[in-house]
Amino acid sequence: MAKITFITQENERIILDADSGSVMELAVANNVDGIDGDCGGVCSCGTCHVHVYPEDMPKIGRAGKFEKDTLEFDDNANEYSRLSCQIPISEALDGIEFKVAN
Amino acid sequence: MKKSELTDPFGDSRLKKGYGQIHDQNDPVMMILRHNDVRKSAHDYKHFSSETIPGRIVVPSEVNIRTTRQIPFELDPPLHGAYRTLIEPWFKRPLEPEYQNKLIAQIATNIEAILQEGTVEVIADFALPLQSRALTLLLNTPHTEAEKWISWGTHVFRSEGEALDGNKATMLYDYIDTEIDRAIEHPSDDMYSFLLDANFEGRKLNREEVKGVMVLTFAGGRDTVINAVTNTIAYLAEHPETLERFREEPEIIGKAVEEFIRYFSPLTQMGRIVTEDTKVCAHAAKADSRISLCWASANRDDQVFENPNDIVIDRKMNPHVGFGFSHHNCLGATHARQILKLLLKVLADKVGSMEILDYSENIEEWGEFKRKVGYNHIKVKCNRR
Ligand code: HEM
Ligand code: FES
Repeated sequence: MAKITFITQENERIILDADSGSVMELAVANNVDGIDGDCGGVCSCGTCHVHVYPEDMPKIGRAGKFEKDTLEFDDNANEYSRLSCQIPISEALDGIEFKVAN
Repeated sequence: MKKSELTDPFGDSRLKKGYGQIHDQNDPVMMILRHNDVRKSAHDYKHFSSETIPGRIVVPSEVNIRTTRQIPFELDPPLHGAYRTLIEPWFKRPLEPEYQNKLIAQIATNIEAILQEGTVEVIADFALPLQSRALTLLLNTPHTEAEKWISWGTHVFRSEGEALDGNKATMLYDYIDTEIDRAIEHPSDDMYSFLLDANFEGRKLNREEVKGVMVLTFAGGRDTVINAVTNTIAYLAEHPETLERFREEPEIIGKAVEEFIRYFSPLTQMGRIVTEDTKVCAHAAKADSRISLCWASANRDDQVFENPNDIVIDRKMNPHVGFGFSHHNCLGATHARQILKLLLKVLADKVGSMEILDYSENIEEWGEFKRKVGYNHIKVKCNRR
């Protein structure tokens, strides 16, 4: 089980427990504002964009090639950007916080 | 070759040049073929604009058959965004459980009907009625309206064959005018009334704006959905193992829908106007000329997709542009995705096998490129599970 926190653009903190699926699926299932997951997680829509805190980057890892190519067109993207559909949930994520990008 | 296959006519040009040239009513189009160039150009509205004479960004051009600006489609940011923000919530309604319950009931009824019939012509007997009835949910209009729309045939601007048909366009405009009048007189909770009542930058939308949104909703969601549904049926007829897989692993249905959209690319391309002399793909693009973003070609780019010409039903990395990309990405995608997801679900549930009997392919001709986009007609025999 991992405890995962989303911080929305409105600065709302949403704390959720999860043990499987992707971070995007968790957010969508719990109506986290700003994460739509339109394409269901195939890296096509870019509506699942989150920012990772720099200190968490080693744990989460950087975006892969195709993910980066999709993020490139989002004005809010930076080096801490990830598409949350590409982050699988695991124990290792316990206690992590994501900032919703849009 | 399988009957359900859609080959990629752009491969050679995409690899060698990255673009293609086509003629269209004295307003030639440079088609952009590579995935990266298509996404970049779609994003770069300052060089590649949608805001020009109404109808000009469509290929073939519709400038001779309409003057109404389709909204938000024929506008650039920031105005585009202002309209889009206003109407987007309406287009998200397909995410509501109640909407989905109604949609799945419609689809189940339609499939029950073709199973009773046994052999059907998929477009006229299934895809067109399905698309029309589903649209009554999106518009929140009485389901009886669907019968009218079914009688219009598949493409709202084209008659049989691909020639643009001004009469058909007039029919749609007249219909929408009448509906707007009705909604002004008797407001309800349908999409016309929603738009007429919507607050846009401190004022109400005017009639021409409401019309612009409604025309786009009818035009954008018609042959695209019909082709997506028909191609899906054809594919599943030749791949019964896929239906079996949906039964065993229903969780892959979402990915399957994205893969169908990539592979079928129901909308081949959409144009833009070049605002100042620039270059696309190392080729000069002159101010006021037309380019097109060829979604269908980008979706087969082997720089991005492994085995691009195969349907990989649970493809995990699938950055397709079948619903467009960036500012103008498809507003109807939520609705279209729900239709396809629920269709796959009900087919898996009720249908054991299907067989393609006879068919005629609908081939679009774009200069040297001949692209199959679907069928003119296709007869299929359906067997219950
Ligand atoms: C499988 C079905 C569909 C496909 C493949 C599709 C494809 C597309 C594509 C590629 C675009 C981008 C056009 C551009 O960049 O200029 C688009 C835009 C749009 N589509 Fe769809 N479409 C589908 C269904 C629908 C439906 C059902 C509706 C509504 C009933 C709809 C309404 C729209 C609208 C309103 C836009 C313009 C959005 C904007 O300009 O911001 N589409 N569609
Ligand atoms: S859900 Fe579409 S890119 Fe992540």
